[in-house]
Amino acid sequence: MIKIAVASGKGGTGKTMVATSLAEALAPDHKIQLLDCDVEAPNAYLFLTPTIVDIKPAVIHIPVIDYDQCILCSQCVEICEFNALAMVGEKIEVFEQLCHGCGSCSIHCPAQAISETPRKIGDIKFGSFNDDRPIIFGELTASEPMATPIIRQLKATMRSDVEVTILDSPPGSSCPVVTTLHDADYVILVTEPTPFGLHDLRQMVGVLEETNTPAGVIINRDGIGDKTMETYLENKPYPILMRIPYQEKIARGLASGILLLDIIPNYRSAFLDMFLAITADLVRIK
Amino acid sequence: MILFISSSGKSLESPPNPRFGRTEFFIKYDLEDDTWNALENPAAAQSGGAGVAASQYLVDQNANVAISGRFGPNAYRVLDSAKIDMLTFDKSHNTIKDVIDAFKDNSLEKV
Repeated sequence: MIKIAVASGKGGTGKTMVATSLAEALAPDHKIQLLDCDVEAPNAYLFLTPTIVDIKPAVIHIPVIDYDQCILCSQCVEICEFNALAMVGEKIEVFEQLCHGCGSCSIHCPAQAISETPRKIGDIKFGSFNDDRPIIFGELTASEPMATPIIRQLKATMRSDVEVTILDSPPGSSCPVVTTLHDADYVILVTEPTPFGLHDLRQMVGVLEETNTPAGVIINRDGIGDKTMETYLENKPYPILMRIPYQEKIARGLASGILLLDIIPNYRSAFLDMFLAITADLVRIK
Repeated sequence: MILFISSSGKSLESPPNPRFGRTEFFIKYDLEDDTWNALENPAAAQSGGAGVAASQYLVDQNANVAISGRFGPNAYRVLDSAKIDMLTFDKSHNTIKDVIDAFKDNSLEKV
């Protein structure tokens, strides 16, 4: 299975447009699945209009202190990377919304005084589009601050019996994005030729240089902005995979939930060609 | 009685820092003998939970009073359960010394 993640750095550059176009172009002839990892604002389903077949709760496991066993050694407080625990007098305060559910506190407790209880932070929804192609997306409950645990669980439900997995990443370049991109074979960077686009693309390149993941760039809204993006990319090992010119027709269509491939059907073959170029590149690298 | 005041610098002439969890320094001031020293805030650069970590630091340092611009909900929960009083300064207090004088005058607002 090939895992292709779509990321951008800057928000609103066209990640979901690219992910859904690629999914729709491949779906008729390839066993694919789409994972929408932007759990704070999942929107791929708006374009692919799947039938939802199952919903499972996403949970994290938070610590519960058994004061009959607790020896107030404060090791749990010290071990917690996220400052989710504090010891005051003879009580351990647990800050549920800071807890990442990593389990370090219960593992390190010398008195076995910490058990874990599940806390729901959102839902994972399973749907199918284009007859039987799976789409899986997470939805973080409003007011929950942490996206990474639900992205991890979402990725754990990924099917292994498919040919291609497309991961639609959240914007930015912090933990939720790194979690989405972790173990991806290839990353499609969607950007726009503006100073904002370039600034945030640089941050994504910083992530990819750490992980050594091969990647290519789609320049969306080509024709706007300036040439600094092109100059920057000249010295980077990331080929320009596609240019999508700025057209009001595309913006109007997307805003009303129409897939790019239905707005301009020629993009179907463009996305298929791009997929072939990516797979050829991956074979060459290996 | 030991006061912890969030501070942008290491002296009594430094401006107070309105942020509690991520303040660079705390001025630890002992009212008993008017002695003080500046402490680096170990929570300043934490990626998350700075309010909890800074509050835990005050608990471990046996603080009686915390003085800052404002306290977040997590810091409030720790300090409150440790029975550490929380007071706030405002823009009229230009230096740590102003804050201490205001505390002695009883003119700081209680949270």
